[in-house]
Amino acid sequence: MKRLVLAFALMALPVATAARADDAIVMHLKNHRFTPSVIKVKANKPSMIILHNDDDSADEFDSASLKIEKVVPGRAKGNIRVRALAPGKYPFMGEFHAATAQGVVIAE
Amino acid sequence: MISALIIVFREVIEAGLIVGIVLAATTGVPGRERAVTIGVLAGVLGACLVAGFAGQLANLFQGSGQEFFNAGILLLAVAMLTWHNVWMASHGREMARELKAAGHQVRTGERTLTALSIVVGVAVLREGSEVVLFLYGIAAQGGTSAAGMVVGGGLGLLGGALVSALMYFGLLTVPAGKLFQVTAWLITLLAAGMAAQAVLLLQNGGLLEVFTGTVWDTSWLIRDDSLTGKLLHTLVGYSEAPNGAQLIAYGATILAILVLMRLVNAPATRTKAA
Repeated sequence: MKRLVLAFALMALPVATAARADDAIVMHLKNHRFTPSVIKVKANKPSMIILHNDDDSADEFDSASLKIEKVVPGRAKGNIRVRALAPGKYPFMGEFHAATAQGVVIAE
Repeated sequence: MISALIIVFREVIEAGLIVGIVLAATTGVPGRERAVTIGVLAGVLGACLVAGFAGQLANLFQGSGQEFFNAGILLLAVAMLTWHNVWMASHGREMARELKAAGHQVRTGERTLTALSIVVGVAVLREGSEVVLFLYGIAAQGGTSAAGMVVGGGLGLLGGALVSALMYFGLLTVPAGKLFQVTAWLITLLAAGMAAQAVLLLQNGGLLEVFTGTVWDTSWLIRDDSLTGKLLHTLVGYSEAPNGAQLIAYGATILAILVLMRLVNAPATRTKAA
């Protein structure tokens, strides 16, 4: 049991630095396409993406690997908090227009 | 059309499975159709409201309004499911007896109908608001896609309802004496999964950022975005890569429900022993 508690305590350590809004990455969604569609973040550090939906219709930023589902209404913006990621590729999509709205977060 | 079908199907299944479990858990209780219908209607109304005010909601709490709102209603559902199970623990045997004896009427169960009605309402509201936003977006574009949307959405609704009905009728094949035991377990796991999901939403909203490290990863086996993954997520709270806080919430919810069920059952057990 004690070992389990220690394991959980260790897992908590990397979150000491939370994402700050001032170094957020700005991304736009227009005509159901993300720009930029490739987002690079530092590995093992949380980050923040501010998604501006420039379309009239709502869309949902959806990523199973990032574990984020966030609806952003038309002509609105949404703050997307990305947890500290291990190096790798994390695809995301605009679920309501998945045919065109595709992108990827690369942690390195 | 296909995207409308898939999205509506997915959301309807998620809410529908919960409705199926609630219906099975209230087998024989008079007035349950009314309670579930009210829950569904209130949920649909709520979904339209949430969709209509999505912009305002999103702007609350420095852009985390949506996450906190969803976490809040999930936790409300967890509380209601817990209450139902605890109530059943003290009256379950009585109810099973009534069910076997009378075949239909289980008067004792009426007390928690309101709680389950709220659970149904919350489930429909959560999944429904996405459907409303999505369909509204397509409808706003007009043209041929609107017709396809109606067909796709209708098929999705039908498919989702079918899977939910299978769940319900499958549960009904459980013998009357065991039925409430089975639904109690299903509801416990349902509540635990919701609690874990609420924790993830709070984290995505910037709260409770502890134990966020991934504990294990089973995405090679069942992916979250597969149909199996979605079904398991709704039923038992499956996540391909749960983090520490989610697992703690999951375990703590199961533990809390079991302990509470034990506590209310304790006096009866003692009398029997004496």
